[in-house]
Amino acid sequence: MNEKPEKLIDKKGIRLDGRKADELRPLKLQVGVLSNADGSAYIEHGKNKILAAAFGPREMHPKHLSLPDRMVLRCRYHMAPFSVQERKSPAPSRREVELSKVIKESLEPALFLELYPRTGVDVFVEVLQADGGTRCASITAAALAIADSGVPMRDLVVACAAGKVDDTIVLDLYDAEDKLGAADVPVAFMPNLNAITLLQMDGILTPEEFEKAVNMAMDGCKKIYEMQKEALKTKYMVVKEVEE
Amino acid sequence: MSSLVTRVRLKQIEQLIEKGKRLDERGLRDYREIKIEQGLIERAEGSARVLLGKTEVLVGVKVATGEPFPDTPNEGVQTVNAELVPLASPNFEPGPPDENSIELARVVDRGIRESKAIDTEKLCIEPGKKVFIVFVDVYVLNHDGNLIDASALAAMAALLNTKMPNYEIKDGELKIKQGYTPLPMKSHPITVTIGKVNNYLIVDPWLEEEQVMDSRISFAFNDDGNICAIQKGGSGYFTLQQILEASKIAREKAAELRKKLDW
Repeated sequence: MNEKPEKLIDKKGIRLDGRKADELRPLKLQVGVLSNADGSAYIEHGKNKILAAAFGPREMHPKHLSLPDRMVLRCRYHMAPFSVQERKSPAPSRREVELSKVIKESLEPALFLELYPRTGVDVFVEVLQADGGTRCASITAAALAIADSGVPMRDLVVACAAGKVDDTIVLDLYDAEDKLGAADVPVAFMPNLNAITLLQMDGILTPEEFEKAVNMAMDGCKKIYEMQKEALKTKYMVVKEVEE
Repeated sequence: MSSLVTRVRLKQIEQLIEKGKRLDERGLRDYREIKIEQGLIERAEGSARVLLGKTEVLVGVKVATGEPFPDTPNEGVQTVNAELVPLASPNFEPGPPDENSIELARVVDRGIRESKAIDTEKLCIEPGKKVFIVFVDVYVLNHDGNLIDASALAAMAALLNTKMPNYEIKDGELKIKQGYTPLPMKSHPITVTIGKVNNYLIVDPWLEEEQVMDSRISFAFNDDGNICAIQKGGSGYFTLQQILEASKIAREKAAELRKKLDW
């Protein structure tokens, strides 16, 4: 690893990768990228490259995991061995197990679980390349994959992190800022319902800084939300062109 | 992690909370009675048992030597593991840790790690080669709700109770000497979990309340009242106002606990 740079933000308030404090990394969202999945999405969020696929509602396997009164949402967040600097063992790590759980819990409030008793929806997220903020990008992509599969949703779920780097609250930390920064606050949000469905934090923040970080993350979410909707529409625009 | 509670009772819990009351006659912002006992496992370098109402958690700390992580060659290593042993609840099964015990361990770990509670730089024996590793093992003995707060409390109590063997380095070899010194500690994080039941926020949800609450949020606070870790859990959501409200309540409760514990 490179030596720690002295400053992560220069005097003009520009970050190491050239962004301003409240600027998102470039994003690319695409829907319907996998033909075998019921719904799928691909996200490039900075250097993060992540695929998400949704299957179902379908019969649960194993059957005894199904619930008589509602659908079960299962998520698997997984990183490819080549997605990080040092090869990561493909066996699920404790971090991946925790992230799978919080991603599932961030998506559940968007679904009408009680409308599909005894069934299951599986969401698989594969991180092909990681560059900080993969849980947020995964949620953004997973929500798109579910929407693409046609399962009714209360709202899309969109996620973005804010954090503290060199005493400044900044939006959308990338790898170096995540590792060297003072705090990281990932937030998942359903903009239409004004509902926060994921909130974690590590590092140290005063209550005021925390409030600022959550607000900044929510503003970032709202911007990505527009791109999510655009990505969904784009898929169907293409279909229309073919029909003509 | 759900257990069998009749729907009538769940409804009753909900309705009581809406009136600002709770089934166990606590206020919405009261903790259950907390009892802490330290040093009850002589074989462990540190240990503590916490009773939070009927929730019972035992934490044992073992100190061993090993290699540091390559990116922190001058620092000792902290690891937290949690076991939801089958005797603690009819819903716990033997086997490898499931997502609930992994989450529990990682939330407890985050509170201690991010507040830099353990002075890991003082646990270095030989930079890059040999350091002390502090194993914190959370053992849930009885599950009656709010395992996060009980475990975080027990982990800190056990760490504060931990004694390190005295040592000296002779010809590059580690020699254990007579006597013990306390584990070097820098701060005392306290974790407070708030549950949300129909838009009402409750402190320290117990088992049956956990069945009705749609989500929870845990805050860990440093000695100076700054936030050092957060985890939202459960399949519901919070509004921003609820989060800020919850963080305020949690901060007050953490300060209250800190005063009581004299940490």
